[in-house]
Amino acid sequence: MTLLECKGLTKKYCGYPALSNVDLQIGSGHIIGLLGPNGSGKTTLIKLIAGLLAPTEGTVSVVGCPIGVKSKGMVSYLPDYSYLNGSMKVKDIIRLFEDFYEDFDTARAYDMLAKLDINPGKKLKTFSKGAKEKVQLILVMSRRAKLYVLDEPIAGVDPAARDYILQTILSNYEEDASILISTHLVSDIEKILDEVIFIRNGSILTHASVDGLRQQGGRSIDTIFREVFKC
Amino acid sequence: MPWDFTSDRPIFLQIIEKIQLEIVSGRYRPGDKLPSVRELAQEASVNPNTMQKALSELERTGLVYSHRTSGRFITEDAAMVSGLRAELAEKVVAQFLLDLQKLGFQKESALTLITNFIKGDEK
Repeated sequence: MTLLECKGLTKKYCGYPALSNVDLQIGSGHIIGLLGPNGSGKTTLIKLIAGLLAPTEGTVSVVGCPIGVKSKGMVSYLPDYSYLNGSMKVKDIIRLFEDFYEDFDTARAYDMLAKLDINPGKKLKTFSKGAKEKVQLILVMSRRAKLYVLDEPIAGVDPAARDYILQTILSNYEEDASILISTHLVSDIEKILDEVIFIRNGSILTHASVDGLRQQGGRSIDTIFREVFKC
Repeated sequence: MPWDFTSDRPIFLQIIEKIQLEIVSGRYRPGDKLPSVRELAQEASVNPNTMQKALSELERTGLVYSHRTSGRFITEDAAMVSGLRAELAEKVVAQFLLDLQKLGFQKESALTLITNFIKGDEK
């Protein structure tokens, strides 16, 4: 089943293209890495999928629905910045999410908070940068969505917590859902991926299976990334 | 504890080798039930599709078999397990000889080296 389809997707900012003519199909049951250097268009693509930006040309659809209320009900989006109100307590934010999203699983959220040792009675602004990121990721992964789009989910957390977060991602998505993860931390994440998309200057260079690329190149995705995007 | 993988080869091949080793070393005994794909993927911190691919391959070789609804089990064929043990040992020996060759030892002197080492070890 095709979960996500982009056709001729183009986004220009003030006439400058950030994405040009992207064709992309993502099936269900995959974890896909969206990898590219700074300014390659990763966040733009993710925002178009989440419905925060409107395309200049082309279309995006999720399970056949154009981007809109219906698609947003199926897409769980983790932005690369914090949009939550810092003076709210974590448990109040959870209540807000519960109200807002039909597919939000409160028990799952509390379970993950407990495992990551986060006190739901505390206000968000009292947490460290890493802990705030964990809270946001927990909220996003607690939805039973069809497609998760995660923009830099592990950038601010220490390596030990990173392992736990990857486990959290692995254990908290439905079998027929897919996850699209953008990141620079390729080596940390490559073993949980089964597909990668290399993106450069707003165009897709490669969309292939991770083990296929490793077999072909005899190298890790991290090394291939460093070679392809060598400065 | 996530499993360790080297970066130069496909992950599913390394999963296969790891499970083969656990069967040969007796951590998984003949007839044991394997955890589900999802549980194993979580234990190893790998993508479930990659784990699935590795298990299908193990199934194809007969080392693992699946029961329609109750899951995957380790083969009860003892001959197959000892065959695998011999096969893995051969690989270790071949690699060992190759490493010694790089150090300038030929096959005959390799044998002397081993004999002497074992004698020294026993003292």
